[in-house]
Amino acid sequence: MKRRDRFHIPSKYILAALTFLCIGTMFLSFLTDFDGGPLNTVSNYILIPIQKGINAAGAWGRSRVDDLEDLRAVRSENEALRAQVAELTLENNTLLQERYELEDLRELLNLEEEYSELNTMAANVIGKDSGNWFDMFIIDRGSNDGIQVDMNVIADGGLVGIVTKVGPDWAQVRSIIDDMSNVSAMILKNSDLCYVRGDLEMMTEGTLQLNELRDADDEVEQGDKVVTSHTSAKFHKGILIGYVNELTMDANNLTKSGSLTPAVDFEHLTTVLVITDLKQQVDAEATESE
Amino acid sequence: MKRKIVTALMILISFLLQSTVFKALSIGSISPNLLVVLTSSFGFMRGKKEGLWVGFFCGLLEDIFYGRLLGMHAVMYMYIGYVNGYFNRIFYEEDIKLPIFLISVSELAYGLGTYAVMFLMRSRFAFFYYLWRIILPELVYTIILTLVFYRIIYTVNRRLENSST
Repeated sequence: MKRRDRFHIPSKYILAALTFLCIGTMFLSFLTDFDGGPLNTVSNYILIPIQKGINAAGAWGRSRVDDLEDLRAVRSENEALRAQVAELTLENNTLLQERYELEDLRELLNLEEEYSELNTMAANVIGKDSGNWFDMFIIDRGSNDGIQVDMNVIADGGLVGIVTKVGPDWAQVRSIIDDMSNVSAMILKNSDLCYVRGDLEMMTEGTLQLNELRDADDEVEQGDKVVTSHTSAKFHKGILIGYVNELTMDANNLTKSGSLTPAVDFEHLTTVLVITDLKQQVDAEATESE
Repeated sequence: MKRKIVTALMILISFLLQSTVFKALSIGSISPNLLVVLTSSFGFMRGKKEGLWVGFFCGLLEDIFYGRLLGMHAVMYMYIGYVNGYFNRIFYEEDIKLPIFLISVSELAYGLGTYAVMFLMRSRFAFFYYLWRIILPELVYTIILTLVFYRIIYTVNRRLENSST
């Protein structure tokens, strides 16, 4: 006890020192792309295994409950079909998109654009934002599996979000319903550009903001598909985001805004697919092959 | 040393429960905040210094996994722990009113702080919406949780104190 007293530092000094430290790291992470570096690795080895364990236990419990309700065979078949539906929805979207694009580009001889096959990797959601303000979650794949920041995340054939931070065996994903999310999007049928923003106030109704839609010919109606746009820097184009819910003219009489119903059920998200190609990479490869 | 290990374990367990089990038990997409309960309890049970360290590490964990700015939650929880430490002097073990009161105020401060830093700064002015939709439901849920978890934290703390003296 005596030795401890000798090295006693008043708590207000500790408080001041830690406050400065935190403000420092806040500025650092705001101004540069510093995201915790070694802290991510350390916490990886301590927390992720347990988190995976809890998740596995939860999944086990859930599946036992499911077994009581229906037969195991039906379930596995259902799962397989579901995966197929997700795949087909995505494929169908790409095809639809291609058809619209074909009509547009037929005249332009030199513009030859092809879709590179996108590679995906399945991942489990193992934790959700501990607060109630934002919608981040973490998945059980990280840099060891080749996950990088800015990779797109999809589920059920729709856009879920984007990877914002990566640790060795985990990655942080910001979902599109998060209050700080902003995705450049377009209406599938006439390629009109717009923005899709997450909004905490609209989350209760399960919708997102749809902003700055030009729609000069008044073509867009309720139920139209909204996909990620070709102008987006981070999102691959043509991924389904959701369906137009309602639209009203803005005060400036030029653009429209309204709400959008997402294609993905964010409440019950357990497995997601990470598109392991970054947008820039695909573009770079496309230009190389030309 | 034993005390530090047990405290660290409690922080880890709380964080894990918070991001997995409690999210599954959320009502209307609102889940309680166990980390505030833990930080606040350590503050008034063990004093300013321990309160601020526990708060710092709780916040840091949240920042690493779910934060945007590293250190933001750490600062917030740290001050919650530190301020609760001032009430260490008037804390009596038998009384549950003071803990409930302090934890509620801490939770409210946490909610208002988050709103001010993350939403008001981005010109989201619908304060009452956020108050009714998020801050108050979270507060109520956390108080209910406190009735259960405070006993556990308190018992662990008592055991540690008895074994160290």
